[in-house]
Amino acid sequence: MAAETNLLQAVKPAEHAEEDPREHLMFDPRPREEMNRMVMEAMTTTTRRYWIWLIALGLGVAVLLFGAWGNMILTGIGVAGVRRPIFWGVFIVTFVFWIGISHAGTFVSAILRVFKAEFRRPFTRAAELMTTFGLAAGALYPLIHLGRVWVFYWMIPYPNARWLWPNFRSPLVWDFLAITTYLLSSTIYLYLPLVPDLAMARDRTKGWRHTIYKLLALGWRGTEAEWYRLRKAINIFAFAIIPVMFSVHTIVSWDFAVGMVAGWHSTIFGPYFIVGAILSGVAAVVTILFVLRNTMKHFDYFIRVEHFDALGKLLLVFSMAWAYFFFNEYLLSWYGGDAAVKQVLTLHATGPAAWVWYTMLICNVAIPWLTLWNKTIRRTPWAMFIITLLINVGMYAERYTIIPLTLGHQRSPFDWGVYNPQWTEISIALGTLCLFMFLYLAASRLIPLVPVWEVQEGQMAHTLRKVGKAEVPSVTELEE
Amino acid sequence: MAEQKAPQKWGLVVDLDRCTGCNACIAACSMENNIPFVGEDEVAYGRGLYWLYNKREWRGEYPEIKPAFEPVMCQQCGNAPCEPVCPVFASVHSEEEQINLAVYNRCVGTRYCANNCPYHARQFNYFDYELPEPMNSYLNPDVTVRRRGVMEKCTFCVQRIVRGRQKAAAEGREVEDGEIQPACVQACPAGALVFGDVSNPESKASQMARNQRRYQLLEELGTLPRVTYLKGGGRYGG
Repeated sequence: MAAETNLLQAVKPAEHAEEDPREHLMFDPRPREEMNRMVMEAMTTTTRRYWIWLIALGLGVAVLLFGAWGNMILTGIGVAGVRRPIFWGVFIVTFVFWIGISHAGTFVSAILRVFKAEFRRPFTRAAELMTTFGLAAGALYPLIHLGRVWVFYWMIPYPNARWLWPNFRSPLVWDFLAITTYLLSSTIYLYLPLVPDLAMARDRTKGWRHTIYKLLALGWRGTEAEWYRLRKAINIFAFAIIPVMFSVHTIVSWDFAVGMVAGWHSTIFGPYFIVGAILSGVAAVVTILFVLRNTMKHFDYFIRVEHFDALGKLLLVFSMAWAYFFFNEYLLSWYGGDAAVKQVLTLHATGPAAWVWYTMLICNVAIPWLTLWNKTIRRTPWAMFIITLLINVGMYAERYTIIPLTLGHQRSPFDWGVYNPQWTEISIALGTLCLFMFLYLAASRLIPLVPVWEVQEGQMAHTLRKVGKAEVPSVTELEE
Repeated sequence: MAEQKAPQKWGLVVDLDRCTGCNACIAACSMENNIPFVGEDEVAYGRGLYWLYNKREWRGEYPEIKPAFEPVMCQQCGNAPCEPVCPVFASVHSEEEQINLAVYNRCVGTRYCANNCPYHARQFNYFDYELPEPMNSYLNPDVTVRRRGVMEKCTFCVQRIVRGRQKAAAEGREVEDGEIQPACVQACPAGALVFGDVSNPESKASQMARNQRRYQLLEELGTLPRVTYLKGGGRYGG
């Protein structure tokens, strides 16, 4: 009895104590100049470890990605494991994976901005960079998987002597247009909020850095008129990019849903893919924030447990939404009563590669549901790191289930087949991971990875007011 | 020149009661259409190139099962799933012959058409396949040799259709029924394959297709296949 009381008392203060608002970045302001200096230091400090990683990743890109791809171009797509009836394999799986990852930037940056979620401030840029580099990695795959990549430009609408345009009824052309639009708009959306920070960096650097920042900062001086226009532009872009983001993964899902393959031809695929993309994207943001916090100078000031906590809640919600759409796919096929679809879905769970299906469910549903409800786990960065890595493993397994495993068991059992990923495919998939990490690592020392002005703006709006003896956190509405 | 008339719809009838499964059609098809031999290992992995293959399966419910086979080639769908998905118009419908053409030189190799074909009739060139020494002389000059990274499939021997039509036009007459024969039809010793204009109700193919044994592959998908099968097994009369 006595021991029990002691235990309760030991647990109680930690769980029920009033949270100190100063744990939040917004209520823990630092002087402007100090914060600027911190960000500049984080950007210019390079350790030996950093260069080793950068060189290793650069080699990875050269060998794993371009080496293997070059070999495939020279010998033929046959070095990949694709075979009849599974004509799309790891390449398209990884393509969908990267496009999915790229949704996080817009989601975190635009949707959370529009909804004025204040916790977004220190890591909007980290997420936007993910969008741009994720797209850069993903956009390679429509080229990589082509049988004849040297004539890829036939898919682009350009005036030519043959008077031939691409087939606008083909989802692959929609894909091309959607991804190009998203890449351009997300790059502009990355650049706009970067301008004041580039100006900040311009004023504090010399040499080659100064030259670059001077060019990129577009002569930003920080006048009231400039701020007014920048805010307006960011606001317009934040609203405009949201439908673009939704359209991109919907169109990627149409690559499958428009086809008449049993198990693909489903109206639920659009939202199912979007939710999956946001789940994997937000998970990747958490993974990256953990790495940044542990490797970059002063980042433990900017990236705090509160951010892992908030993103953990988002992940839990999206994991539940994903599970709903997953269930819905079965519901629709049951209601539709197509024997071929039923067979495909049954074989996902019982077929030769059922372990992929179980991996997907364990990583996407079981693990988030069993862990993320817990505040202590959400506030433990390394635990969140592991959980979010597993969520992305699960999302990869989801795409793997949807693409090769569905293609392998279509309507005519004589044509069933299994698909074995080959070294070339694995190497190229790892190569694009290297490319993503390489670009991110390089960018982390070239541009301010924390949107300083956004953090400062947030900190100005947040104050602790004294009401009697109590300190009450309060937020001022900044924009109309 | 004969005046313009409605295009002929070429169709194929496969009588499974007559088919013995001898695979002569497959061999003839390979010879006619310059289909390369991909080697033992590749075939074992499932990359054998067959424009026409013999689908073997078990039919019926246990214990009433029996082995069955049906030769499957491109069904030349009237509403073909492979056509809209190709980004570069390498899979197109020909106005004149009313069949699906594979434009090898236009193909960039997205392989979307092959995924979308419910009959798995499309074949892909995974590598450049070399023909061994004496065999490279047999190549048919009427048919394009495909390089790696290109999709290919049965064309109902479109080169023979074109030649037959040109010959008839030169002689100032209509194409006669049975005059044009794809290689598989010509090679079939049992006469199980019949090719003809299915828009003409008097053609032999049309007459054969009006049969209570008639069925088409995956008809319920609405692809409007041009190949008609006549059920085998003898129990249905004919």
